[in-house]
Amino acid sequence: MICLKRSAPSRHLWKEGLISSICTLVSRVVGAMKSQASHPRTFSRGLQTVTLIPGDGIGPEISTAVMKIFEAAKAPIQWEERNVTAIKGPGGKWMIPTEAKDSMDKSKIGLKGPLKTPIAAGHPSMNLLLRKTFDLYANVRPCVSIEGYKTPYTDVDLVTIRENTEGEYSGIEHVIVDGVVQSIKLITEEASQRIAEYAFEYARNNQRASVTAVHKANIMRMSDGLFLRKCREVAENFKDIKFTEMYLDTVCLNMVQDPTQFDVLVMPNLYGDILSDLCAGLIGGLGVTPSGNIGANGVAIFESVHGTAPDIAGKDLANPTALLLSAVMMLRHMGLHGQAKKIETACFDTIRDKKVLTKDLGGNSKCSEFTGEICRRVQDME
Amino acid sequence: RSCLKSSPVLHKQNSSPQPPPAKYGGRHTVTLIPGDGIGPELLNHVRELFRFSCVPVDFEVVNVNSSVATEDDIHNAITAIRRNGVALKGNIETNHNMPPSHKSRNNLLRTSLDLFANMMHCQSLPGVQTRHKNIDIIIIRENTEGEYSSLEHESVSGVVESLKIITRYNSLRIADYAFRLAREKGRRRVTAVHKANIMKLADGLFLQCCKEVASGYPDIQFDSMIVDNTTMQLVSKPHQFDVMVMPNLYGNVVSNVCAGLVGGPGLVPGANYGTNYAVFETATRNTGKSIADKNIANPTAMLLASCLMLDHLRLHDYANMIRGAVLTTMNETRLHTADIGGQGTTSEVVQSVMKNIQSGGPLTTEQI
Repeated sequence: MICLKRSAPSRHLWKEGLISSICTLVSRVVGAMKSQASHPRTFSRGLQTVTLIPGDGIGPEISTAVMKIFEAAKAPIQWEERNVTAIKGPGGKWMIPTEAKDSMDKSKIGLKGPLKTPIAAGHPSMNLLLRKTFDLYANVRPCVSIEGYKTPYTDVDLVTIRENTEGEYSGIEHVIVDGVVQSIKLITEEASQRIAEYAFEYARNNQRASVTAVHKANIMRMSDGLFLRKCREVAENFKDIKFTEMYLDTVCLNMVQDPTQFDVLVMPNLYGDILSDLCAGLIGGLGVTPSGNIGANGVAIFESVHGTAPDIAGKDLANPTALLLSAVMMLRHMGLHGQAKKIETACFDTIRDKKVLTKDLGGNSKCSEFTGEICRRVQDME
Repeated sequence: RSCLKSSPVLHKQNSSPQPPPAKYGGRHTVTLIPGDGIGPELLNHVRELFRFSCVPVDFEVVNVNSSVATEDDIHNAITAIRRNGVALKGNIETNHNMPPSHKSRNNLLRTSLDLFANMMHCQSLPGVQTRHKNIDIIIIRENTEGEYSSLEHESVSGVVESLKIITRYNSLRIADYAFRLAREKGRRRVTAVHKANIMKLADGLFLQCCKEVASGYPDIQFDSMIVDNTTMQLVSKPHQFDVMVMPNLYGNVVSNVCAGLVGGPGLVPGANYGTNYAVFETATRNTGKSIADKNIANPTAMLLASCLMLDHLRLHDYANMIRGAVLTTMNETRLHTADIGGQGTTSEVVQSVMKNIQSGGPLTTEQI
């Protein structure tokens, strides 16, 4: 670390201020370089900055709710609110605003509310832009049955890990002749390896017993065959975790009959999309499901996957559970397990008690009342 | 048969193709492909039941060995089906550890015979314990193209491309089949399942074709739903669905989800229809290797598939007799196999079906 010599205190104070700020800048740069190399991240005591993207519709109100609950829990998080609306950068390419990108690059962790994708806006969906900008290759969705929110399925406890960059969603389509369209599904060795490694590491870090690769290699011999081969190769390095493979249709069939047999599922893009939504349906829908996107270089954005619900926006009727559980996932990712457990327990206890519930959970309380109840429980736990 | 084939009007009137005429004294010949896993034992039970019930159907058995690399066996089977027009089959295993040139035999059969429509009718059985009750959904799945086109190549080492093909011709055909079937069965709504927000050209074309066909059926309501939302709705509110039509892969997912909702792979029969041929099998096409030859497989799906085949051959009385006996065993006698929570064996279930047929009395000449 470079140390600049400070001038004597009797000299011009602005020079001193300038030099000390240069010192801070240099140490921050060196610190950032150091933290990029280290993995997993270690967080020192003191506040951790998180970029908060409230989103549209009910986004702002549920973000406020989450901030309030975190404050009540005294979580060491400092929020930096940023807006993401697509802007046209130099060269005509659509990109997210520079302030948002810079904030994310600095903090590495983001929490995002729902974003609306206007139809015929000329720009691609914001979610897609964010994914491309930060190379968010893994989408993780833990699905756990919520006691107190009754669905026909109880005891669901599984995690779907979906490859988020390639596969069927590459967007490469052509009209060969009039009336014949081809859509290309791309599977690469590199992406398959990356997602398989993430899945096994996640299983290890979260004490999960098995990882199942979901595929359709009986029909898509080469593409899913490659994905499967990579999963098998990575499984060799993680002997402590059981590895199985199952056809997509068999997974679907067994999932709706007995979801308890599944633990961690890893799969390419399209199957992941369908299965993660299927699992969300098992526990009660997108309003209570957390989700996280992990990217290269240690970036992670946690989000709620429901829509913007414009019909109830601004009316204090929204349910902040999905965003709150995603924020809890974020705390776990950062290593703050104690805080995460506290907030999660408060949330589940509130839902189990059934006294203060928002409309979609079957009650008739307002969002602020629901939030207040969770804050009260968190404070009681101190 | 040639004069029937050359009249296109006769073809278009029903949603299923014309059955082949009976030969040799009113007895039909049907190709039987035992397949692997539980296929052979279940099809033996079907034959046993048909003999017992004096059904005028003879089976021509064609074995397909799935472990050899040559495709002669499956081509023999295809020729036999072309000859007879109708087939009943078990699932042929595809070992995905063999090199990619070894293609799925089942897929080869479907594409060679152009069995473009896969029809699956999911109905809750009152006697079977499930989380959701009273489900009644018809799923129509495009059976020949889409993601199952088997067109793959490795352009650069480590990068594989798989092509999904959607054509206007096939999309119109399957949509037309779906609407005609809906009208025939008195159904009120057809839902197209797609992912056109992401695959704008491919699924966009499919959706557009469905909309075009829908405009010709004003009495039937048409809507569409994205596939991930569909699966979510199916596990929470399945009663909103009536008839569903979709491309190949989504059909695979949705049909397995629905089969799981009504009780499992052992209960639902499936049918594959083409313009000239029809092949009947279990809806979820499982080989059931782990339970093969243990006498614990559920014969319901295969027995109901054989009833669909009898309906196709216009032997409705035999079909209703056997179907009634199977449903009585499931719902009243409640003799269930292990997959639906019972302790019965396959042979016990078949014996019970035969007993129900016998107690129903012989079919009189008026009925036949």
